[in-house]
Amino acid sequence: MRLALREMRRRPARFATAVALLTLIAMLLMLLGGLLDGLIQRSTGAIRAQRADLVTFSATAEKSFLRSRISPVISARVKAVPGVTSVGGIGISQLGARVPGNGPRDLIDVALFGYQQAPKGVPSSPPPAGQAYADSILEDSGVKRGDVLTLGPARTPVRVIGFVDNVSYSGAGTLWSSPQTWREVQNANRPGSSVGPGVFQALVVRSDGNASTVARRVDRATGGSTVTVSRAEAADAIGGVREQRSVFNQIIGVTLVIAVVVVALFFALLTVERIGLYGMLKAIGARSRTLFGGVVVQAVVVALIAAAIGSAFALLLDQTLSPGTIPYQLLPSRLIVSSAALILSAVVGSVFSLRRVLRVDPASAIGRSS
Amino acid sequence: MSTRDEPALRMDSVRKVYPTGDEEVIALDHATLTVGHDEIVALVGPSGSGKTTLCSIAGGILSPTAGSVVVAGDDISEYSPKQLTDFRRDHIGFVFQTVNLVPFLTARENLLVIDEIGRRAGAPARKRADQLLEELGLADRSRHLPATLSGGQRQRVAIGRALMNDPDLVLFDEPTSALDTRLGEQVMELIRNEMNSRSIAAIIVTHDERMTHYADRTVHITDGMLVE
Repeated sequence: MRLALREMRRRPARFATAVALLTLIAMLLMLLGGLLDGLIQRSTGAIRAQRADLVTFSATAEKSFLRSRISPVISARVKAVPGVTSVGGIGISQLGARVPGNGPRDLIDVALFGYQQAPKGVPSSPPPAGQAYADSILEDSGVKRGDVLTLGPARTPVRVIGFVDNVSYSGAGTLWSSPQTWREVQNANRPGSSVGPGVFQALVVRSDGNASTVARRVDRATGGSTVTVSRAEAADAIGGVREQRSVFNQIIGVTLVIAVVVVALFFALLTVERIGLYGMLKAIGARSRTLFGGVVVQAVVVALIAAAIGSAFALLLDQTLSPGTIPYQLLPSRLIVSSAALILSAVVGSVFSLRRVLRVDPASAIGRSS
Repeated sequence: MSTRDEPALRMDSVRKVYPTGDEEVIALDHATLTVGHDEIVALVGPSGSGKTTLCSIAGGILSPTAGSVVVAGDDISEYSPKQLTDFRRDHIGFVFQTVNLVPFLTARENLLVIDEIGRRAGAPARKRADQLLEELGLADRSRHLPATLSGGQRQRVAIGRALMNDPDLVLFDEPTSALDTRLGEQVMELIRNEMNSRSIAAIIVTHDERMTHYADRTVHITDGMLVE
């Protein structure tokens, strides 16, 4: 191992190509991962931020907030379920909003939430009627504190009284208002899907024990008129989330395969160059295992350097991009997983040199004049 | 366990046959050779005569097809490849035709390769490397890479590496082939002095008859057969 590390230290130029290629791959991996996390965050942030374990939909809604309706009677039944510690109703209206100062046809997409139980980052008591906290990504669309946005075809006015972070929904910036404001906006702009007093689209439910057991109890208590799922499942059920994740994961997978191929080719070439050296080392008593271990160590070091540079790039990107522009989110877990995947790819790639190392004949060191 | 009372090498009716298609090539034909524990033997023969095969079998790189090979009391004829690898590391010294130093290691580190590829001794190995470099007149070159050493200095480093494991037998493969006559003679003298001062047996493979007078005995090989 020390032999392998010394070679890297004394002949860094020899490994520069592999480091450069893997660094590009690491940067791509981190970028793709950050974009995926950013997109998912922008689609599901409002649901993931809920201080609840479970989300209850009406049974026929197929986990769609848009189609789901929860009556006050059902809400009361859910509240009474043993293990349920708190229940809050939420309603969402996805509308176009006009921003003061922007052109009359320059609408921005917003999702207005009515909430009883505040998610993380949103003040616990809903704002007064006609007012809302706005998602900070709306700042990039020109929304300022004190602006009165007019929502939907009915141009319902809602005043922005502050900003909150990481609570986007389905790719749109959100507005957080009282249930009353939400109902007014919904009924004015979506008369075909109007909601009565006390009605919500879904319930966010906090439990004190095993969440899946409580979920089953909730659905039993409502006589099967609800479907209760985990917060993560409710978030994944938002349109396009699964598809985004699937597509990005496939691209990330292909990128990792490319990393394997790059490492495999590079170390295969390096091993061919080293056949004479390996023959000599085997002749003086080095085991194939020791020599192959050196190849793996070098591949891991190359991947570590690439992962470190890639992580630095990801951090820089995170510092540079403003929240409302490219949907990019840097998660420490993503950096760790991407780095680990890159290192694993390097190990897998280096394994392709194993056969060549094993095949080097120590006898080749004797009787060889050049 | 090897012992200095035993001959360094005892080869008895050793045959090495390589199958080539339907035929067989006999590289070594009933070769019998004994090398005393402090003897230097010159093995002389033309290209393709079997010198390399004999050297490889004596050094535990190849196994014989038939016959027995005993190195300092250890019968290695039936050793597995893994056992042979360990045996070479612990008991045999090699100086190759092309010197074959690790190019990115200093002279001292090239000696310590023997320690790195085996059971690491650490400080004693470093002490031995320094001592060998001192004795070989390379103390002031110990931190130099092979590319910055002269041909003779590289040859001395290779000899130092071959002596690192305190071998029972050192095999020199054409040690003077890349050197001019004057330097070749200096190297042969160095080999003789180093082997004699340590009472270590050596086989020097050469095709240069002029160098054989540095050995205690010369053995000729032709078509795989030994002639004293």
